[in-house]
Amino acid sequence: MIDVKQLLEEIKASPFEEIEVTAPHTGVVRFAVKEPGVKVVGPSGAHMEKPGTVVATLERERNLKSVYAGIKGDLARVHADLDGSFVEAGTPLCLIRHFLTKSEAIDSILKKVLHLFYAPERAKYFFVPDVDKKIKALGVRNVKVRDGMELFIASRMKRERPLAYAGPEGQIYTVYFQYEQNVDAGQPLIGVCPESQVGLIEDVVGKVQSEWEERD
Amino acid sequence: MDIEKNIKELSARLSYIKDIVAGGDSDNLRILEGKFREFLDREPGLSPPERQRQFTQLEDMFIFLEKKLDAELSPMDKVRIVRHPQRITLKDILENVYDNYTEIGGQDEYSIDPAMLIARAYISRKRGDKVVNQPVMVIGQEKGHGEEFRNGGSVKPWGNAKASQYMKVAETENIPIHAYVFTPGAYPIEDYPGAAQQIARNLYEMSGLRVPIVACFSEGGSGGAEAIGLADTRLMLSHGYYSVISPEGAAAIESGIRQGQRAPAELIEKCASDLKITAADNLRMGFVDRVIQEPPLGARPEHYEFFKTLRTEMIRATDEIVLQVRGVKLLRAMALRRREGQAADVDSLQVFWGLTPVQAERLIWRRYRKFRDMSKKALIDNSSVAGRFFSQASGLGWSVFSYFRHDFLLPLRKSVWRAVEDAQAELHLLKRKTITEPLRRVRDKLIRRSIDPEKQQKLTELSCPEEGVCLTDGGWNYLSPQAREDRAVTCTNAASHGCMDMWAPDLFGDFAGVCGHCGHHFSMEYQWYLYNVFDPDSIMEFNAKIESGNPLAFPGFDEKLEQAKKKTGKKSACMTFEARINGLKLVVAMLMAPFRGGTVGTAEGEKFIRAAAWARRRRLPFLAYVHGTAGIRIQEGVNGVIQMPRCTMAVRRYIEAGGLYLVLYDTNSYAGPVASFLGCSPYQFSVRSANIGFAGPGVIKETTGIDIPPFYHRSYYALARGHIQGIWDRREVRKNLYQTLLTMGGGNLYYR
Repeated sequence: MIDVKQLLEEIKASPFEEIEVTAPHTGVVRFAVKEPGVKVVGPSGAHMEKPGTVVATLERERNLKSVYAGIKGDLARVHADLDGSFVEAGTPLCLIRHFLTKSEAIDSILKKVLHLFYAPERAKYFFVPDVDKKIKALGVRNVKVRDGMELFIASRMKRERPLAYAGPEGQIYTVYFQYEQNVDAGQPLIGVCPESQVGLIEDVVGKVQSEWEERD
Repeated sequence: MDIEKNIKELSARLSYIKDIVAGGDSDNLRILEGKFREFLDREPGLSPPERQRQFTQLEDMFIFLEKKLDAELSPMDKVRIVRHPQRITLKDILENVYDNYTEIGGQDEYSIDPAMLIARAYISRKRGDKVVNQPVMVIGQEKGHGEEFRNGGSVKPWGNAKASQYMKVAETENIPIHAYVFTPGAYPIEDYPGAAQQIARNLYEMSGLRVPIVACFSEGGSGGAEAIGLADTRLMLSHGYYSVISPEGAAAIESGIRQGQRAPAELIEKCASDLKITAADNLRMGFVDRVIQEPPLGARPEHYEFFKTLRTEMIRATDEIVLQVRGVKLLRAMALRRREGQAADVDSLQVFWGLTPVQAERLIWRRYRKFRDMSKKALIDNSSVAGRFFSQASGLGWSVFSYFRHDFLLPLRKSVWRAVEDAQAELHLLKRKTITEPLRRVRDKLIRRSIDPEKQQKLTELSCPEEGVCLTDGGWNYLSPQAREDRAVTCTNAASHGCMDMWAPDLFGDFAGVCGHCGHHFSMEYQWYLYNVFDPDSIMEFNAKIESGNPLAFPGFDEKLEQAKKKTGKKSACMTFEARINGLKLVVAMLMAPFRGGTVGTAEGEKFIRAAAWARRRRLPFLAYVHGTAGIRIQEGVNGVIQMPRCTMAVRRYIEAGGLYLVLYDTNSYAGPVASFLGCSPYQFSVRSANIGFAGPGVIKETTGIDIPPFYHRSYYALARGHIQGIWDRREVRKNLYQTLLTMGGGNLYYR
């Protein structure tokens, strides 16, 4: 059984993710930022069309390319000693420390403690009528699921087929899909946790909600 | 009670003046405001007669100042006037100019596009004791006194489609069209039918409409105005503007500011003045026929006298158009002329507005001639007198020759050939049944035939095995300067498709600028097409001496033009030539991106029209190859924007004569040209990875607030939206063009 409290402590102790920026291919690297501590941003815009901060440039055969930060954060480490030298593909250039937001922290915890059941194909998903009634009457966290239980109806282009749950027995903790909305293949449909941990998880999520400090 | 109402009106007038002449004549304005306030303070203690006397004094002061300010209005002030919520709108016109009307297909925001208003209306005229109601189709943009859902008169593509639909209805019903232009520009979105493509269709339709069209311009914003502005008579309100681009847009381009930034107010004022956008400017340059005088500081809904004048002018213009194509008209035409400048009673004149088929033909021809002659003053043709004479004479000669060869001799020859072919077919059948087949049967029985070894080799082996695998492509006739650089190039799609870097000599040489992994097409020079698409040495350029100029004397533009001419070695952005593909002759008009972004001005438009006319005379297919165009050349003002209807009319004439008009887009094609003479082609193709659309992402964000997704204008999306008919690989353009020449187009082509 996962120790949820321990997990929270771990996340609190290091409330960030570290993402290493590496050279995509060989070339002469020049750093746009040489000192650690500088703030960088990831792609932005309504369609993520604006690239992130340029952290370095890489030149190979007179072809100058920018290396962008893929996520928002602080530069924790910059391998400035490599500036002006020829590097191999995959050479670490810098390290971005991305501080988790409240929702990211919750997602990170839930991802570790919940069993996620994924959509096998792009379709609209519904709970089978019995489960649906129960959810409407008692709420989603009162539904128990077990391996092989017929749980969903996948509806695609007016064709409907039943879909059985596969995974450990437990209670539905969260539902990720919405009524009448298409879900892409590979996206989670529900998150399931052992019955005994529901209260604990709720407590931890509540704590994160109230205590988590967001950083710019 | 009356005095309260009058004070309220004066207060509205004061705030209107303040809005219009922002920053101008502030002393006079301050005095007027002071006097008004003084009167308001004193007014409760005054006796009624004294109150009335002082009010009249104040009103006189308003009238005096309005007249004074009116005489000093700058072009930008006029822009502010037409954009002001108190400006008259089409609904005010419908209420006050027409005797009755029914709005079609819309009630406020419940309309397919509330910015486009269509109404069936009628004008009552006296014929002796009888009152005759003459119906008209009223089409125009509705700004709606600041109603947000009207988008300030920016019509969406489907609004323009509705306008086109009801123009055709008017044609069916044989009633005139009154078009009122109240738009800052079209709403620049690409959703079907697409801003550019629909304006192009509207222009194409209007150039051949068989009913009189009168257009009245208040706010003529570029392409949006052209969508309904192609008319037999174009009237303009004295305080309106008609321009290729908004002064703000021009200032943004001139100052080179980035998206989201504002151009300085002085530069906007200067651009408004430099672009020559006022009614007086447009009248002087011949883009409108008459100017209708408005009250000082512009017409507002309470100016009932103005509506009377507008009504008279609209009736008069419609009468004139009809009488110009009528046989018996002398006295009525004279009567109309005599009443010029008077608010005379056109109501009592008897002119029926329906046209016979012959009159309609005459009307379309006159419309074509009218637009053909526009902007000619701005044209720089450096051909010698002898050259021009030769060009005219050869055009005439080819017309006569083509007529005799294709319209007279060819049908004759075809009918003789058909008879001969029929006879030959009969004989062939007879011969086969009675002689050939019996003999073959006997021969097959007697001799066992063996296959020729050479033929067998050809059928079963590679045609040149000693050379390895025979690759026929890659042997291009033009080497791009980009291929001479020793460097690697990254594909645009590298991140999403995992394309490897390519060596420039490979990419721009053997691969013809096409990524070997994802097929992305990098931009290539227009010369690549000249040398690789057309037969070697088949290109014969004409009208090369027509030169781009600066008709508005736009500050700083002469230098920019000189630079472009020096850089490209060309005199304009359009090159017109005759060429061959696999022996098939065709006429090509090419817009070249390196020359001022391939923008279209007077020279380019004229060359395009002459090329279309040449193709018509010679019975040749006509290809518009758009290496790239950023739109209409803004520095030429309306001289540029008028090329939209001019060229579209030339294209229509050519297509209706039975020609094949093809458009091939490459790199980036935007705005006016796509929204007119390019977008009206039934056969539009694109080289892969090209961008086609009406306005770029910056303008879309600026005007609509929409963040468009990346690749919004890419050719595949244009194909999916139904804007183009196919996408070609650059390396197959020659093959596909040849195929197209053989399979598409009208029957008037020389090889048909």
